[in-house]
Amino acid sequence: MATREEITSGLAEILEEVAGVNPDDVAEEKSFTDDLDVDSLSMVEVVVAAEEKFGVKIPDNEVQNLKTVGDAVSYIEANH
Amino acid sequence: MSRTDVVVTGLGATTPLGGDVASTWDAMLAGRSGVSALTQEWAGQLSVRIAAQLAVDPANLIERVKLRRLDRSEAMALIAGHQAWADSGLADSGLADSGLDPERLAVSIGSGIGGAITLLNQYDVLKEHGPRRVSPHTVPMLMPNGPAAWVGLELGAQAGVHTVASACATGAEALALGLDIIRSGRADVVVAGGTEAVVHQLPIAGFASMRAMSTRNDDPEKASRPWDKGRDGFVLGEGAGALVLERADHAAARGARVYARFAGAGITSDGYDIVQPHPEGLGGIRAMNMALRDADLSGSDIVHVNAHATSTPVGDMAEVHGVRKAIGDHPVLTSTKSMSGHLLGAAGALESIATILAIRDSVVPPTINLDDPDDGLSLDVAAHKARPMDIPAALNNSFGFGGHNVALIFTRA
Repeated sequence: MATREEITSGLAEILEEVAGVNPDDVAEEKSFTDDLDVDSLSMVEVVVAAEEKFGVKIPDNEVQNLKTVGDAVSYIEANH
Repeated sequence: MSRTDVVVTGLGATTPLGGDVASTWDAMLAGRSGVSALTQEWAGQLSVRIAAQLAVDPANLIERVKLRRLDRSEAMALIAGHQAWADSGLADSGLADSGLDPERLAVSIGSGIGGAITLLNQYDVLKEHGPRRVSPHTVPMLMPNGPAAWVGLELGAQAGVHTVASACATGAEALALGLDIIRSGRADVVVAGGTEAVVHQLPIAGFASMRAMSTRNDDPEKASRPWDKGRDGFVLGEGAGALVLERADHAAARGARVYARFAGAGITSDGYDIVQPHPEGLGGIRAMNMALRDADLSGSDIVHVNAHATSTPVGDMAEVHGVRKAIGDHPVLTSTKSMSGHLLGAAGALESIATILAIRDSVVPPTINLDDPDDGLSLDVAAHKARPMDIPAALNNSFGFGGHNVALIFTRA
């Protein structure tokens, strides 16, 4: 069972690889689009990479609810 | 009839001979080859294991995250396009500060094959990991208009972004389209050229199956040898070339440095065979004649021809016959493909750049490896060494699978 901190830092690695986001900027309250500049195509890549990394399934209709890093962390924490 | 004059004010390229125009031109004048052995693991199983690959990896110039969203052909077009733009002196900082109306800037950049490497790599991902893992960037990376669209996007061009596809005549036809766009008044400036990145086992296997490529694997630098008796096919190259074409009075008004005048273009189709050129090269002859009429010149004015000559047994000699018919027995020929390899859809752009610099510097770049000229080679070729000579007007030929023939004429500004 990964902690919220571990999930956040895992997401930060993915965000750096896929979208060039500085890991220091990644925090639970940050919005993917407004704060971290992740566009819609990159978000698809983030989701697929997160599924792989955390062994979860994130359905497309769930992705729209993941506005912030914290939303994603909560979803992964509850479903992996 | 008065005709809008069009000039060339900027050049950009990334090629097997150099990462920019200056280094590529220096390598050509020195007679260097950009061909080397393929060291990729997949090359071992192929009958053709040589190619002319980029001298400077795009990863040295484009930041990692951006590069993973670009097909290699798009990355190369951006490198060449930005170089040409900067070279034109319009504005280092881009369109906004150039004083140029974005609605008067167009792009015409083609590719012979398009984003094949992306297509093939993503198909590998699909087969190995399933469809969900296929990159969401796949479509904009493989679409053939991707290179033109990226250059248009980054320069802010709003007068239209165009993609010509005519196989190995693509780069030349893209330039001809740019000329038409300015003459017809649809833009004042066009960034035009070609790009090609298909050094991958599948396209190589396809060309090799046609028996179109050289298999001189043990001597890569000698493999591209247009007009030589020992020629056995073309050598695949990759790269991009871009030119800034500009209405002459627009260039004069801003005091731009002018490389040459883009005097005319001729485009024909053979209507004969999907891959074989017409045996008497009639389509090529008509293209050259059309370009001469368009430029209001006669054959005797053309003193140098940068030939299409790809180092294939049939095509090289058919072109010589065509040049004799259309232009005469006086022009000095060269094939810079002997050094750069065959850049397919980028060839016409790179070779137009070489033609323009030949005019500027009064020197014909050499055809290397022409050790034992074909018996039918009845024209003067600048073999082995660059040939200094006065060049008021020169012609560049490009022919492509599908029966495409394009001849472009440049004259001293």
